Amino acid sequence: MLIGADLYWAKMRDTRAWLSVAITPLQWLVDLPSRVAGEVSDQVVDRQLLLRENEQLRSETLVLERRVQQVAALTAENIRLRELLNGRQRLSEDVMLAELIGVNPDPFQHQVILNRGADDGVYEGQPVLDAGGVMGQVVEVSLYTCRVMMVTDARHGLPVEVNRNGLRSILLGQGELGELVVDHISATADIREGDLLITSGMGGRFPRGYPVARVSSVIRDPGQPFVIVRARPTARLDKSRHLLLVEMPDTLTLEPGVPTPDEPKKVQAVESVDG
Amino acid sequence: MAKQVVPGGRLVILASFLCSFILTQLPLPRVMDWARPEWVAMTLIFWILVLPHRVGMGTAFVVGLVLDLVRGSVLGLSALSLVTIAYATHLSYRRIMMYPLWQQGVLVLVLIGINQLLFHWMQMAVGMTGNNLLFLLPSLVSAILWPWFFIVLNGVRQLFRIQ
Repeated sequence: MLIGADLYWAKMRDTRAWLSVAITPLQWLVDLPSRVAGEVSDQVVDRQLLLRENEQLRSETLVLERRVQQVAALTAENIRLRELLNGRQRLSEDVMLAELIGVNPDPFQHQVILNRGADDGVYEGQPVLDAGGVMGQVVEVSLYTCRVMMVTDARHGLPVEVNRNGLRSILLGQGELGELVVDHISATADIREGDLLITSGMGGRFPRGYPVARVSSVIRDPGQPFVIVRARPTARLDKSRHLLLVEMPDTLTLEPGVPTPDEPKKVQAVESVDG
Repeated sequence: MAKQVVPGGRLVILASFLCSFILTQLPLPRVMDWARPEWVAMTLIFWILVLPHRVGMGTAFVVGLVLDLVRGSVLGLSALSLVTIAYATHLSYRRIMMYPLWQQGVLVLVLIGINQLLFHWMQMAVGMTGNNLLFLLPSLVSAILWPWFFIVLNGVRQLFRIQ
């Protein structure tokens, strides 16, 4: 009965979220050793090492700052061009820092647990990034923690496009770390090894333009209806500890059944034309 | 034996389950991912074997629910599979306790194997798992660890004189 309720009754989600609060201290406890170890190594680290790291970071900042300068100019140019085309402006997204506190012990499920929850404004379906690219999306929110399904999970699919030419497809997880498959690519499509796949923003869950994976192999078998394209995620799925939760701009959230803010306006416009 | 219920007994059982939950969640190297022993099921089998009058299917159900929350699986899957093996253990605890430890280990292999199989089947029915026979590996690892596990937990039990 409980199984059925959890599967088919939407209210159980809230119950589950509340029950999950009870195991939050447990997860915190599990994470404690690694956190203490990190702090201890912070305390006893060599001075020379710190100095060197500091220098390295400073030079990295310099490089990044130079790039940001260019980006600012490019963004301005992009906005001007979009205005010329009467296009809609790209909205910038807010991000929230989160830390990984646990991994799902079930090896069939590629899920991690983060230290942010509904209390911090996390919602279901929220995209999660790390320094390298898209990591996954939030599938379960509790009050202080949330569960993130990674892109490599066998149940995960993500709309992507090839950065080079905008070829759109769906990127599927395989249940194996470090392996993704690009679905339904026809034999004549222009896709090569080393192509960067970025989120296409279709489906409205992920913002457009974040790197997801790099094509690692393209197998063109004449006997198969589609090309077999494998890719390797750019995010360091099993190593990153500090992650970013991206907040999608409100106007882009698409939910089935709920009209987007644009639709009522359109209807009004039509009516006024009729009148 | 007079009914001499030690008040701390309940706490010790609770603590042992807590430890097993922590061990279940502890990060392991990637090669060990598939070979993680089923600590919770092992703890449950141990307590049913030594205290069949205190730990039973009710405990198994509650423990299973917590395990479901930890694993993020559908509520009740682990509970059902754990209750099943708790029942099987309860049926034959007198016989199992007569066996030497390694033979108990073989039975633990069967019990936890049943647990894994049930859980895996139900997961598949819900559509949440891959197709891989490696999911049976934890039962083997648990069986190999069983003698040491039993000795340690029995030592704890005797230390606190839980009856």
